[in-house]
Amino acid sequence: MNMIQAINSAMDVCMERDAGVTVLGEDVGYFGGVFRATAGLQKKYGKTRVFDAPINECGIIGVAIGMAAYGLRPVPEIQFADYIYPGMDQLISEAARLRYRSAGEFTCPITVRSPFGGGIFGGQTHSQSPEGIFTHVSGLKTVIPSNPYDAKGLLIAAIEDPDPVLFFEPKRIYNGPFDGHYDRPVQPWSKHDSSEVPEGYYNVPLGQAAIVRGGEAVTILCYGTMVHVALGVVADTGVDAEVIDLRTLVPLDIDTIVASVEKTGRCVIVHEATRTSGFGAELSAQVQERCFHHLEAPIERVTGWDTPYPHSLEWAYFPGPVRLGEALKRVMKD
Amino acid sequence: MADAPGRNLRPLSLHVPEPKYRPGDAVSFDDMPLADAGSVARPDVAADPATMRDLPFTLIRVLDPAGQAVGPWNPRLEPDRVRSILRAMLLTRAFDDRMFRAQRQGKTSFYMKCTGEEAVAVAAAHALDRGDMCFPSYRQQGLLIARDWPLVDMMCQIYSNAGDRLKGRQLPIMYSAKEAGFFSISGNLGTQYPQAVGWAMASAAKGDTRIAASWVGEGTTAEGDFHAACTFASVFRAPVILNIVNNQWAISSFAGFAGGESTTFAARGLGYGIAALRVDGNDALAVYAATEWAAERARGNHGPTLIEHFTYRAEAHSTSDDPSAYRPADEGMHFPLGDPIERLKAHLIAIGEWDEASHEALKTELAEQVRAAGKEAEKLGTLSGTAFNHGFETSFEDVFAEMPQHLREQMEQSAEERRVAGV
Repeated sequence: MNMIQAINSAMDVCMERDAGVTVLGEDVGYFGGVFRATAGLQKKYGKTRVFDAPINECGIIGVAIGMAAYGLRPVPEIQFADYIYPGMDQLISEAARLRYRSAGEFTCPITVRSPFGGGIFGGQTHSQSPEGIFTHVSGLKTVIPSNPYDAKGLLIAAIEDPDPVLFFEPKRIYNGPFDGHYDRPVQPWSKHDSSEVPEGYYNVPLGQAAIVRGGEAVTILCYGTMVHVALGVVADTGVDAEVIDLRTLVPLDIDTIVASVEKTGRCVIVHEATRTSGFGAELSAQVQERCFHHLEAPIERVTGWDTPYPHSLEWAYFPGPVRLGEALKRVMKD
Repeated sequence: MADAPGRNLRPLSLHVPEPKYRPGDAVSFDDMPLADAGSVARPDVAADPATMRDLPFTLIRVLDPAGQAVGPWNPRLEPDRVRSILRAMLLTRAFDDRMFRAQRQGKTSFYMKCTGEEAVAVAAAHALDRGDMCFPSYRQQGLLIARDWPLVDMMCQIYSNAGDRLKGRQLPIMYSAKEAGFFSISGNLGTQYPQAVGWAMASAAKGDTRIAASWVGEGTTAEGDFHAACTFASVFRAPVILNIVNNQWAISSFAGFAGGESTTFAARGLGYGIAALRVDGNDALAVYAATEWAAERARGNHGPTLIEHFTYRAEAHSTSDDPSAYRPADEGMHFPLGDPIERLKAHLIAIGEWDEASHEALKTELAEQVRAAGKEAEKLGTLSGTAFNHGFETSFEDVFAEMPQHLREQMEQSAEERRVAGV
């Protein structure tokens, strides 16, 4: 399976097992979603469980919260993460706090799916990485898969989770891993181990990072598309890096991160979102707080710039192999 | 091309709404158009909204000046039922009075009265089924009282004391009572409107028979959530009642700032193809009738209803507000729809089912009931009594179903810092 198929399969499995799982969003019904992630679900489960919604993100999230309060498990889709902002108040003030403010009387088990990230010439309105905005909010979980196997397992875990989860899908790698070399052909997922995705039920628990490559010299912290950029750079440069795919940003698997940095003594953080107040800042602060005496070099951040995503110049924005390679050199020089 | 040569255009000007009266002005509502009681037709609950486009521009009223219930909207309630509504309205007012004083005595930080609007929530609660889910804003305490929710429970929430089921986290009056069909209140206005629509959609999708109802103030109709809710309610024909409580004032901004100068708030339903009613909100029987009509409509799968309750906020917005700074002190006295409690009382007396002595006796009984509940609640503490009625560590609970590692660490850090500081 590629990532789209894996995500589709996760929803299929969850809808089969739980009649409360309900999919809504722009174009998700008859058409099956602009990326085809919900293809076939309406035909299989009917129009009252999989349906198109008005172009109104505030309404999509708000209605999903009400459905969750009724007892369903809604899986709203926001067609691009760039469009999630009209639904922010519902997510931040309502979904995130409903359990807390009602002391558990009302809960909000919704999973908001949304494709995010750049590298597809989407310009500033189809490329953003807003995950850091949500990791700053108490009461939301944030999940980002990097391959088909994890995408299905994490999405199932997210839908089953009793709390609101944001599930950001790195759309650049929907059809195959992308190492940041935009001038090289992309291999399809079918040539990758993670495309071995079971048809039925399994899950990948939230809150557990994956060490996707063991190493001794430096720890690279990454998620989503950047996992493949990191692995590509490691392969190209021969640096003995430990590459950690965070998989969930909240809750964060800090123990795996700390164990790795204490071993390697060096840390490079890479993400596509803008730098200032990005999730890399949180990672950097936590590594500094917990691993200061083990660090042999300053922590490096390789991120998108603090600009909107420029359409024709997106490769100048994308934190690709050149920039990550230079950061690795800097952190390794002493 | 604004400065194109040869175009001798008048400069544009901007209209900034201004209420008719400011402090010190003489108030008169003589020019306010008010339909007579009994004069508005009552369509069939299954009627197409296109056939009732006049309803948002009139005012559904049942009680006439003589206190008689008249016209097609008369719900023809049994006297016991009317007395029950009157009782809940009186209890709501008594509760408000005591809690207002409690705030002034420093027992809590904040309170909001619904004086003059008691009919809006209380009569609606009587017209809905107990299983229907209400998504209220902050001035519908009458829903809980009409559903016989324990006053002590409400007071404990207001005091954030040891008996507060919300563990002292919510601002006073922001109740949550799932068992009473009362959704957790949010301070962000309008957010509960699309949530009510979602709840109603879920109920319909599941083949349930329960419906949802929500309330916002007229000021909140300017929020995007209001329009999101109307769109979804219309598109999916959700079994929901969308109430707008037009009490004329959103803190110090009069209804004109929400668009009230250009049309009625009920008329907002027209653009969505939603059945829309405009009701005398100080006429408990009219509120009951409109809610009952809308509920029947929803239960019959005929779609949502938008109801504007035309009323007046007789008191301050909250204990933090001073209305004498922005409106005439006697404006409410001149408001032509009168006091909803006095009007319902007059009705019961007019039909020979009530008298002044019974009324005074009931008021005394309810005041005593509230006083006793207050004493009971205060035994469990007040906000000023103990700062941490629930133990500071409880503030880390319920962020998630299970406390994740980072919150456990912060809770432990908090405990350690308090231990070292000796508190």
